[in-house]
Amino acid sequence: MRSGHGNSLSLMPVLFIAPALLFFVVYVILPIFQSFYISFHEWDGLGEMTWVGFDHYAYLLDDDKFYTSLKNNLLWLVLYMLAVPAGLFIALYLNQTVRGIRLYKSMFFFPFVISQIVVGLIFSWFYNPSFGVVGHLFEFFGASPPSILGDERYVTYGIIFAGLWPQIAYCMILYLTGLNNVAPEQIEAGRLDGAKGWRLLWHVVLPQLWPATFLAIVVTVIGALRSFDMIAIMTQGGPYGSSNVLSYYMYETALSEYGFEMGYGSAIAVVLFLIMLCFIVAFLWKMYQDEKDWR
Amino acid sequence: MKRALASFATAAMMLAGSANAGELVIIFDDPNPGPKAAFEKVVADFDAANPDITVNLSINDREAHKTAIRNFLSADAPDVTAWYPGNRMGPFVDAGQFEDISDLWASDPNLSKSFEAIKPTMTRDGKQWGVPYSYYQWGMYYRKDIFDKHGIAEPKTWDELLAACAKLKENGVTPITIGTKYLWTAAGVFDYLNLRTNGYDVHNDLTAGKIAYTDDRIRATFAKWEELVRPGYFVENHASMSWQDAIAPFANGEAAMYVMGNFAVGAMKDAGLTNDQIDFFQFPEITPGMPRAEEAPADALFIPSGAKNKADARKFLAFVARPDVQSEWNIAIGQLPPNSEAKVGDDKFIQEGMATVSTASGLAQFYDRDAPAEMAKAGMEGFQEFMVKPDRLDAILKRLDKVQKKVYK
Repeated sequence: MRSGHGNSLSLMPVLFIAPALLFFVVYVILPIFQSFYISFHEWDGLGEMTWVGFDHYAYLLDDDKFYTSLKNNLLWLVLYMLAVPAGLFIALYLNQTVRGIRLYKSMFFFPFVISQIVVGLIFSWFYNPSFGVVGHLFEFFGASPPSILGDERYVTYGIIFAGLWPQIAYCMILYLTGLNNVAPEQIEAGRLDGAKGWRLLWHVVLPQLWPATFLAIVVTVIGALRSFDMIAIMTQGGPYGSSNVLSYYMYETALSEYGFEMGYGSAIAVVLFLIMLCFIVAFLWKMYQDEKDWR
Repeated sequence: MKRALASFATAAMMLAGSANAGELVIIFDDPNPGPKAAFEKVVADFDAANPDITVNLSINDREAHKTAIRNFLSADAPDVTAWYPGNRMGPFVDAGQFEDISDLWASDPNLSKSFEAIKPTMTRDGKQWGVPYSYYQWGMYYRKDIFDKHGIAEPKTWDELLAACAKLKENGVTPITIGTKYLWTAAGVFDYLNLRTNGYDVHNDLTAGKIAYTDDRIRATFAKWEELVRPGYFVENHASMSWQDAIAPFANGEAAMYVMGNFAVGAMKDAGLTNDQIDFFQFPEITPGMPRAEEAPADALFIPSGAKNKADARKFLAFVARPDVQSEWNIAIGQLPPNSEAKVGDDKFIQEGMATVSTASGLAQFYDRDAPAEMAKAGMEGFQEFMVKPDRLDAILKRLDKVQKKVYK
């Protein structure tokens, strides 16, 4: 690259980034502050806004549905992480050269391509105790089938399981691309030194896959926190709010048919934002550290 | 969203800029073939009777309309829109987005005389805000063939209902089907138990936030409900079924009764049942001598306060209130005309429905239309939870009290 005059060097990056920055500010940054602002008000989206200070947050602390949602969010975070190792093992399994492997790979990738809404629908039919696969399976063994989506004990696990299907495919594809970059010489060298099986995977392959692992963890954490479509299509947070998560609870209070409580919805959004912020900061910190090391 | 959903007619209107004088923009909210055709017929008749007015009709999806109306009322108001009366019109009335049409109710020959029963529903702050075009009855729909087979007569009292349930259960039939996934079906059961136990005034006071949920009268309602829940008189797994899903056990004979609105009859027939197999009875009496009030939700048309052509919009609403228009429209869609002078269809369910609501001491809109939205949501979740876990009644009622305090302050 040709080095320009001092002036244009500092101006050009700004000019190039300006359009993106403008939209980022208008559609992302400003709404964040708006949410903070609205969360201190009582507002139905139509009439006057009235200032209520921290009332919504005080109510939040005493709201059973909020704690249910928070608990479910944690469950999502923990169990969704299974997608990372599961994706890795499928990727390792598929990373071989046999006839038709491309077809198998694309079939494993298929759940990520179809819409979450479709995945949700398919799984609600699976789970249906009267005509679903799960129902038939239980009947085959002579047991009466559980109503997975109608029982507060199973419902969240049922939805997470459905959500894992496309998420595993996503992690798998990340690892498959990562495996392409694994240096064969290093594996060769590892073999010569007598490493095989788990030791080879753990000490030679996995360290080289770190960028893919990091990315898989990031997308899985974000996917878990913004889980929404599945819940909307499978249970609408039910039965009686027991499968709610923060993002859906926010939608329900602020925007659904029985909602339009903008203030309270915004307060939930702010809490969700703060939780996400912890992860975002941690990720950024990690990336910053990694880049420093590489320099 | 609205633009995407609006028909080409509206798009053409938007291209033309503002509406011309004599152009009437109407947004309706039922794209199902029957109701759509019936409303289009009404509009065509109005067009023919008023050659100087051109009607511009667009029809939204029913659910999408509920969101879209909040945008188009303030951004680009039509002259007439479909919406619901009762508490559902409250936010728009309070925000000044609906036109006060008390003048029309006072001067129009039909509205001033033939709408007495439904007038309170259309009234808020002592003024009238819309014109109802249709309503329908709720009650107990049942499998007549199954009742006959086990020698059960239509229950008139609570004890008879319990006896009928017990007998059905003995014979391997689940007495009552219901699908509570979308919650509101449970509110229908609650409303009837409450109306029969405590009467119309308690229903109104509860939904207006004047009675606590932990009140003894409301507890009495839940005690009656418990008599149906404990012995397992409702279908299992109702929490994961929609109201349409719940028709399946009814259609294949696994369940025999369904607390529902009259719109369910069409779905029951689609599921293969005939008029001889389905019948209707009024929800049985619980407290002896309690005046019988009924659920009868209405659908109505409103004029947004931002409408450009309010004069013609009033003409249209007056046209819709005419008995001949209401007769034809409601016969076409199989519902009841709010105008008491209008003729009723000769379908047996419509006839029974008319007999039910015209003799009722009061008409409730429905729990989720009479109570404010946030209360309704929490309440209906509570009802669903109670139906699954009746042991939690105390916790549920306390929670509802808490929500009530927050909502009605």
